[in-house]
Amino acid sequence: MSQANETIVRRRLRSRKRVEKLFGVVCIAALILSALLLFALVWGVAKDGVGRLNWSFIDSFPSRIASRAGIKAALAGTLWIIGLTILIAVPIGLASAVYLEEVAPKNRLVRFIELNVANLAGVPSILYGLLGLAVFVRWMDLGRTVLAGALTLSLLILPMIIITAQEALRAVPRAYREGSLALGTTPWRTTLKITLPCALPGILTGVILSVSRAMGETAPLITIGALTYVAFTPTGPNDGFTALPIQIFNWASRPQASFHENAAAAIIVLLAVLLGMNLIAIVLRDRARRKA
Amino acid sequence: MIDALKRIRWSESPLTVVCFLAALVSILTTAGIVLVLAVETLGFFREVSLAEFLTGREWAPMFKPQHFGVLPLVAGTAMIAVGSAIIAIPLGLLSAIYLSEYASPGVRRVLKPIIELLAGVPTVVYGYFGLTMVTPLLQRFFPEVGVFNAASGAIVVGIMILPTVSSLCEDALAAVPKEMRYGGYGIGSTKFEVTTRIVVPAALSGISAAFVLAISRAVGETMAVTLAAGMTPKLTMNPGESIQTMTAYIVQVSLGDTPAGTIVYQTIFAVGALLFLITLGMNILARRFVVRYSLKDQ
Repeated sequence: MSQANETIVRRRLRSRKRVEKLFGVVCIAALILSALLLFALVWGVAKDGVGRLNWSFIDSFPSRIASRAGIKAALAGTLWIIGLTILIAVPIGLASAVYLEEVAPKNRLVRFIELNVANLAGVPSILYGLLGLAVFVRWMDLGRTVLAGALTLSLLILPMIIITAQEALRAVPRAYREGSLALGTTPWRTTLKITLPCALPGILTGVILSVSRAMGETAPLITIGALTYVAFTPTGPNDGFTALPIQIFNWASRPQASFHENAAAAIIVLLAVLLGMNLIAIVLRDRARRKA
Repeated sequence: MIDALKRIRWSESPLTVVCFLAALVSILTTAGIVLVLAVETLGFFREVSLAEFLTGREWAPMFKPQHFGVLPLVAGTAMIAVGSAIIAIPLGLLSAIYLSEYASPGVRRVLKPIIELLAGVPTVVYGYFGLTMVTPLLQRFFPEVGVFNAASGAIVVGIMILPTVSSLCEDALAAVPKEMRYGGYGIGSTKFEVTTRIVVPAALSGISAAFVLAISRAVGETMAVTLAAGMTPKLTMNPGESIQTMTAYIVQVSLGDTPAGTIVYQTIFAVGALLFLITLGMNILARRFVVRYSLKDQ
């Protein structure tokens, strides 16, 4: 190779290396920007709302006067809705996943159900609200109650619970099942005593993530006609309700800055719960993965 | 679980029946959604012609004279979808490339959960973020921007779908076999060349699926756009103006007390049906990409 050619090659190599470095910097910049956006969001909300955060804010009903308003009704509504949603969605979701993954032969019906679940997971949440409005509120005549809200949110998170539980079951080594069956255990006993316990961390992760999604959902509850002004706490599934995200929406959509502060303070409460739940889910999943 | 384990006879236990019934709930849900949307939408089209709905340029069901042209709502939704894609696609793809190709395993273990936490923030919070932080920021640079504006909605929805883009893209990149990268390095390529000429092209169908799914989420997004982009159905190309998306219209009607059986009540189902068809189409498209991808892999 002549001297001239070598310098050209060297120069080109240098520029290629420069592009490589530069690209790495651009990529990490994109990532840092994404993370910064999260912190800007949390910081902005914290700054707006932290001044309003005290016990009387948690323990007061909404009010026309921003400084006297609180989230008691919304918090109670959210707890009621989420409690009922867990009771409805988790057993149905788990049973579906066990049927699809363990019990049923891989026939056309199972493939159809799986495809259907995947499609449902992509349906916008507000359409579940329309379903809940027409079926639960009007047709079954439940009215705009805690029960109607919980049923609507249950259908909304069911696909997510089924999909994550199926993945968790699939990750259990088949040798475990074979070992149990070889000892003469019945298939159901194997499922209940071996497969499900082994899949538990994965299932729990999916359940926590699904439930935290339900907790943050606003649109379907507004669509079924959840109230925006509620000055009582629900005492049963047939009571009217409001929920934390609805209260946030209500306050944020008012023009006065003092109500925006209330919205921010309520967001802090909601985010603290949700991010805490997500963190637990992520840790659980990582631990399960590392063991596998 | 396939083959041998599947051929085991499950006892005729009531548990088997219960599980089967549970699995049917998801089919009933789909049937319910389709039926509810279809019935009310048919009622709507008894009053309004399909041509007026799809080609009318004015949407005003709650005023006299009523207008039922859905185009302004579709245009508002499209503006949010395009705007959010412009933000989320480059940032999400580049973040994914960093996580999958550049980052050390330790760095990835710290950064990935942070991005995933973003996905756990409820949409109403993004709405607050848009209304109280993004819009004032926009107004500082462009004083003519309104309190409610499409740009602010698009920006917050973009931030919202970013984690979807980056985590799905990372899955697609991670699925590219190591050997293909080694081949590239073996002939003296730099990391940039391996990434852009081998890994990204190989993962392209998975990446496309990620983009389509993320945009479909932006189309179905409700609370952030209701709060930040406003409730004014308008055919406009100006992102500084207030618009209304299909989802925001459904919220607007739901906030009022609209009796069942009226034409306004039926409009939210007609708009919902259109939304359902659009998002379903996008999800099917995304699955096509993924199926093609996994076939190529084998």
